[in-house]
Amino acid sequence: MGRTILHSDINCCYASIEHLYHPELAGKPLAVGGDPEARHGIVLTADYLAKKKGVKTGMALWQAKQVCPELNFISPRMDLYLRFSRMAHEIYGEYTDLQEPYGIDESWLDVTASSTIKGDGEKIALEISNRMKSELGITVSIGVSFNKIFAKLGSDFKKPDGITTMHEDEFRTKAWQLPVSDLLYVGRSANQKLARFGIKTIGDLAKTDEGLLESQLGKMGGILWAFANGFDDSPVKVENTHAPIKSIGNSTTTPRDLENDEDVKLVLYILAESVAARLRENGFKCRVVEISVRDNELMSFTRQHKINNATNITGEIAAEAYRIFKENYDWRKPIRSVGVRGADLVNDNYWEQIDLFQSVELREKQMKMDGAVDDIRRQFGFYSIQRGLMYRDRILSKVNAKEDHTVHPHGYFG
Amino acid sequence: MESCKVYVDVTAEFTKEGVLTPKSIRWEDGIIYEITRVKDCRRAASMKAGGVGMRYTCVIEGQDKYLFYEDNNMWFVEGRAGA
Repeated sequence: MGRTILHSDINCCYASIEHLYHPELAGKPLAVGGDPEARHGIVLTADYLAKKKGVKTGMALWQAKQVCPELNFISPRMDLYLRFSRMAHEIYGEYTDLQEPYGIDESWLDVTASSTIKGDGEKIALEISNRMKSELGITVSIGVSFNKIFAKLGSDFKKPDGITTMHEDEFRTKAWQLPVSDLLYVGRSANQKLARFGIKTIGDLAKTDEGLLESQLGKMGGILWAFANGFDDSPVKVENTHAPIKSIGNSTTTPRDLENDEDVKLVLYILAESVAARLRENGFKCRVVEISVRDNELMSFTRQHKINNATNITGEIAAEAYRIFKENYDWRKPIRSVGVRGADLVNDNYWEQIDLFQSVELREKQMKMDGAVDDIRRQFGFYSIQRGLMYRDRILSKVNAKEDHTVHPHGYFG
Repeated sequence: MESCKVYVDVTAEFTKEGVLTPKSIRWEDGIIYEITRVKDCRRAASMKAGGVGMRYTCVIEGQDKYLFYEDNNMWFVEGRAGA
């Protein structure tokens, strides 16, 4: 039996969300990126108005300003975008339990089994699209197809706010006329190679001899050939354990230079608390802890370490950060700023071998404790409950942890 | 367009089933408006004020007004621009 796969893509995700929160910028071009005041950074997302003027993702802010002088810059608020991503998944979740996120703003949904209750793929796509508009105030483009590759192709077909079908009896006319570079995994280099053989469209690729493609592109050649012919039968992976972002970190420049281990420990704990709380809020755990240190002559370094069990327990992250610090700093100079980062993120579905010598009960208790602290802080504010350590130095313990994230979608085969 | 998000004080009731119902709002000038009926409650985006939350369609002085409960635990209404 044929499958019904949807690929839903939030249009200009970050920019759309910022537009929603800045109604005063309606009708004006907007780009999310960098830190406009510090005058550095790159464009993460531009809205359609800015894109029309030639602003592209990855441009330096000053370049973007050159092509579009009236552009409004907004610093990214990743936690807000993750919240929207979660709300979108809640909506998808009402149509299927089979959903596979691809980055923050894209998702595959297998709605094959929902058709008897919710209607066919197009009907579900239309309903999702309308709900996104009314409940979240953002638009999506959705592709409806019988496999993931063509569903993704469909969602790229009409933007913004479009629904495109790529059914089995349609893809030869609809998909095959598209440039081959539209196909997932045809990057710049594959595109160049294919162009040399006169393969310009997806249809050209489909009709090319598979052996020739494999001889030129290796294993990928065969895979792309299968994609173009609609032979992609990869399932929508529910057991997906990738987090949609790569890392969550906090750093701070301290009000006075740090001069001994105690000072650093205190600040690392503040940062670790914030990092761990944000991991928990988003349902992530990290498998790598990283610290960054900059001394008062602005020499800086980062060190990271893989930990045995994925964690979002404040105490574990803080202890690991401090351990890495002790191993790597010789106190030749006082320290001006430090950062803590949790990387190699996995989500709640993640499973792993537990350590024979580590108490699972204790870890569960710690998780519950952290959860309780989160609850208290949510209700009564951040400073309503604190570690005793913070009373060692009331100036240092007031530092503000500054957010920063690294985002990147994981690979299709990952 | 001016942003017209107006945060307001709200008196609300929690039932023992956990249902939250706003009862009255206090406008910026201190006047308290009774909510005589809540007609609808759903998650919705406010394109006018900018934001997302649970949207209560409240009847206040005979008129339907939207009252939003954001997940920062604050309530806002869509005021007139410049209000």
